[in-house]
Amino acid sequence: MIVPLVMTIYFSLIRYNLMQPGEHGFIGLANYEFFVTDPSFGTAVVNTALLLGSVIAITVVGGVALALLIDEPFPGRGLVRVLLISPFFVMPTVNALLWKHMMMNPIYGVLAEVWRFFGAEPVDFMTDWPLGSVIVMVAWQWLPFATLIFMTALQSMNREQLEAARMDGANYPQQLRYLVLPHLARSIAVVIMIEMIFLMSVFAEIFTTTGGGPGDASTNVAFLIFKQALLNFDAGVASAGALFAVLLANIAAVFLIRLVGKNLD
Amino acid sequence: MAHAARLPLALAVRTAAAWTITLLIFFPLGWLVLTAFKTELQAIAVPPLLVFEPTLANFSEVQQRSDYLLYAQNSLVTSIASTLLGLAIAAPAAYSMAFFRSRRTRDLLMWMLSTKMMPAVGALVPIYVIAQTAGLLDTRLALIVVFTLSNLPIMVWMLYSQFKDIPPEILEAARMDGATLWQEFTRVLLPLAMGGLAATGLLCLVLSWNEAFWSLNLSSAKAGTLATLIASYSSPEGLFWAKLSAASLMAIAPIVVFGWFSQKQLVQGLTFGAVK
Repeated sequence: MIVPLVMTIYFSLIRYNLMQPGEHGFIGLANYEFFVTDPSFGTAVVNTALLLGSVIAITVVGGVALALLIDEPFPGRGLVRVLLISPFFVMPTVNALLWKHMMMNPIYGVLAEVWRFFGAEPVDFMTDWPLGSVIVMVAWQWLPFATLIFMTALQSMNREQLEAARMDGANYPQQLRYLVLPHLARSIAVVIMIEMIFLMSVFAEIFTTTGGGPGDASTNVAFLIFKQALLNFDAGVASAGALFAVLLANIAAVFLIRLVGKNLD
Repeated sequence: MAHAARLPLALAVRTAAAWTITLLIFFPLGWLVLTAFKTELQAIAVPPLLVFEPTLANFSEVQQRSDYLLYAQNSLVTSIASTLLGLAIAAPAAYSMAFFRSRRTRDLLMWMLSTKMMPAVGALVPIYVIAQTAGLLDTRLALIVVFTLSNLPIMVWMLYSQFKDIPPEILEAARMDGATLWQEFTRVLLPLAMGGLAATGLLCLVLSWNEAFWSLNLSSAKAGTLATLIASYSSPEGLFWAKLSAASLMAIAPIVVFGWFSQKQLVQGLTFGAVK
């Protein structure tokens, strides 16, 4: 991985537009300046953070709730487990097409029908809520994962301790607050870490649904770099953007170490 | 919790709630399956049809339009090969990290993971240029190498945490008895870590199978994987929902079914053994 990294650094310092071969002058940090002052840049950073934050919040809260719900045996629990995990294995491209065309299409989509059933005007999700739509798709994929991790963790809870707490008159919120959540802390840290690793660079969902638009409404950093590299054919600026993304990733990693470092030794 | 389940009413509520939520979450996937068996007209019917006469026409049409089997074969070959290659590289790396640790081992692991957070696009231009120069564009080999490299950080980390749970005394004992490094590694360590190796391999397989970015950019007709095939259906002129569904179903069915059977292993492995 060192060779691509060095090449990326090299490309980021020269004028390198794939449409203008031969003009490879050294231009220093101009690519970086161009990337950072791109009007889409701020939006892309905010969108990346929003996407990351919302999906992690949804999957952690939803995952804990769901895991608690299916922790006790009930009829068909095995089947529920199998059905629940399925979205995690769905190819991101398929996930995106599935939501875009079959769920969220304003005319034929299932959600449009649900909206009409309640007498509401169907929403054109991809146009009106582009970032929200992407968040829904990504959260749909990762919620099952979080649920199963938390469920696995709950299985190892000390039941006698819970029983004892109950005897002592602890109500359900108290049990949750003082016993269940502390027990889950480690697995929550693990889920956050894994999701951060994969969500920083969400790409396929955006590429196949909104194409980053309308405008920049659903452009994240990964997609912005892609636009520079492939739509504007500017390898120099794209490389600068990529290095910026590495910087972001390392900042995130520092937080990550603080957050989960203790938990993972 | 425990006492709640003993009451029949609580159990009924729990069952109903769990099933409702599960079916809601599974619904989009179930809908995809249904649509795959509809005609194009039924697929865009308003209101959406729940009852209809299933047809297999879409599946044969997908195969006719583009060689599904070739794409499927590419997916299979690239994901299996990159998994095996990845394990072959990651296992020795994780071995040395787990059993000969230095103070920097942890930082190194963290740094490796953080590279995984860099958007793949960032490395696109250099890797594309390398592949082009080496004449590897649109070959399975290029995909295998790139898939392996991109999964490597996760694989090393997973194996590292699995290996760490193995008492080093066992390996030392083998060494005392005259085992060479290779024997110690293959006869003692690998069999002990079989579960972890399996989980790591499974995850790598799923990730490679679902990988879209590199296969879209480094391959087309010859080495394209199923992800490439699906992307070709997202263009406006390819917008036939029933066929799109059939193609999608054919692309995800193998890995989803595979996932069902391996979920337990996978969940344990994915949590790096941190959640027991």
